[in-house]
Amino acid sequence: MMFLSNLLGGISLGSIYAIIALGYTMVYGIAKMLNFAHGDVIMVGAYIAFCALQYWNIPPLLAVPLAMLVCTALGVTIEGLAYRPLRQATSLAVLITAIGMSYLLQNLALLIWGANPKNFPSALITLPALSLFGGELKVPGTTIVTILANIVIMIVLTTFTAKTKLGKAMRCVSEDRGAAELMGINVNRTISATFAIGSALAAIAGVLLCSAYPTLMPTTGSMPGIKAFTAAVFGGIGSIPGAMVGGILLGIIEILGKAYISTELGDAIVFAVLILVLLVRPTGLLGKPVHEKV
Amino acid sequence: MRTKKGKLIYNLITFGLVTAAFLICNSMLQSGSMSRTLKGQLVPICAWIVMAISLNLVIGISGELSLGHAGFMSVGAFTGIVVSGWLLNGFQVENDALRLVIAMVAGGVAAGVAGVIIGIPVLRLRGDYLAIVTLAFGEIIRNVMNCVYVSVEGSSLRLGFINPNLPGTLLLNGPNGAVKVQRISTFLAGFLLVIFTLVVVLNLINSRSGRAIMAIRDNRIAAESMGINVTKYKMMAFVLSAVLAGMAGALYGLNMNTLVPAKFKFDQSINVLVFVVLGGIGNILGSVISATLLTVLPEVLRAFSQFRMLVYAIVLIVVMLATNNPLLRSWFNQLTAKVKGRITGRDGQTTKGGGAA
Repeated sequence: MMFLSNLLGGISLGSIYAIIALGYTMVYGIAKMLNFAHGDVIMVGAYIAFCALQYWNIPPLLAVPLAMLVCTALGVTIEGLAYRPLRQATSLAVLITAIGMSYLLQNLALLIWGANPKNFPSALITLPALSLFGGELKVPGTTIVTILANIVIMIVLTTFTAKTKLGKAMRCVSEDRGAAELMGINVNRTISATFAIGSALAAIAGVLLCSAYPTLMPTTGSMPGIKAFTAAVFGGIGSIPGAMVGGILLGIIEILGKAYISTELGDAIVFAVLILVLLVRPTGLLGKPVHEKV
Repeated sequence: MRTKKGKLIYNLITFGLVTAAFLICNSMLQSGSMSRTLKGQLVPICAWIVMAISLNLVIGISGELSLGHAGFMSVGAFTGIVVSGWLLNGFQVENDALRLVIAMVAGGVAAGVAGVIIGIPVLRLRGDYLAIVTLAFGEIIRNVMNCVYVSVEGSSLRLGFINPNLPGTLLLNGPNGAVKVQRISTFLAGFLLVIFTLVVVLNLINSRSGRAIMAIRDNRIAAESMGINVTKYKMMAFVLSAVLAGMAGALYGLNMNTLVPAKFKFDQSINVLVFVVLGGIGNILGSVISATLLTVLPEVLRAFSQFRMLVYAIVLIVVMLATNNPLLRSWFNQLTAKVKGRITGRDGQTTKGGGAA
């Protein structure tokens, strides 16, 4: 039973990583850049939801869409102001700009909300814990909601990229930006849309993350951000199912590693597994092998 | 490609500037006209300069993006602290300079060993995958350092892992790191380390090995088909960079009363990366200047108190946009060309634009 409960905890944490990783992987696939500020968009989303519940007395059901809306606007603004002017620049220059953005968001949050950790209200997810096997296994409501949210997002996103016009445009741009432009696809608008979707997902991830781990600080997003980025690479960066698989596996490894091997070395185990996987499959679990042309 | 004479002049300028800066700072120290905060920053500045140069060796010269450089610094720092404490407590070596030198060498060697262990798997990967694996190794090093306990009893060193009860004087205390470290680093030692690093790196760049490393960076396949051993030369740059980072770490660590492993987080690796990119990738003098300015900048910005990191972030973004946006850049180039044209009395448009990277 202990194992099952740990496993469920791992899947739940992994689902959060997966939702964050989707943002990383979609942006990487299309804009070919590592958006280091993504982790901080999560933090902003969580703060907005926190304020909505705590100060503005907005009903919980509206708090999440509000957070998503703000994060979407934020993501599109960041892209337009900081990343779009650097479309032709080297990837390292864009990386540094993204890091600057990450600092900017963290310090703005520090100014607005202060350095003291906030206790995220539990009013958001009121689903009671589920008792299984005659009460031997208790599944918290947040775990159920997180896993369900993950499944829904996965289905919606896969259908979206496969069926809709915008989704197809995204795949085109990620495959060959030049050719997509020649085919009449508005590349800039497509990239903006990707940032919008990624940031909206980040808001959901922020709310879920803080419902499960209710300490909210300006640096809350950075470590999950790095882990989710690792998850995206783990599954094969640029691949949507890869982000899902990578995220969930990473969550399971982290929780089981902490439970059965060593609490102190939990993070080290996660990263060690990542390195091992990359050594065997250099482009991640579901990544396409890169062919080198001479 | 610089000519031989150009390289010589570049190297002379680099050494000259560093020495001049040292002499100015030293005379300011002697006359007591230096502010306290700046005085405290002198040794860290030297350490960060060495970090920036060594990372530039990997990024600029070898062409690999590494995001875990603080890990090597951490290995060097804690090795240095342990060795220095061991020499003092176990062997009664009272001479500070001698202990510092031995500690720095030991820190460099330990970081070099870590570099070899990490380099073997890492250098098989490319691009962003290599970057994420170096990041992962940096995090692993920090995590493992959180679990290491070292104490000295008599002249023997005791090593423990995760909450042991070690006898003797505790040198490293897991997540609490090193406490009551004797501060033996001096500004002179820092300056000498910077000069040593410059000599090593500039000589490497202008040597046969350096040319091989740069050939691999420019075109791996072409270099390989010319008979250059890719793994060997990439390893050489990576491990040398790790050794230098370890020495910088020892210098940095022995300048602190207390040092926790959490100090060398991912953020520190990123900070060093920012030094390198803002100073100009592959430009050693640029790294020296940007490491100095960006270490001092947050201290100068203390007047803004809580806004200082905000200002730092904005400066970072604006500089990146200004130097990398084609529109802004061509505007800058036109401006400089016009100014140049004014000075030389020629038409601004005919002078060569560009090179203002």
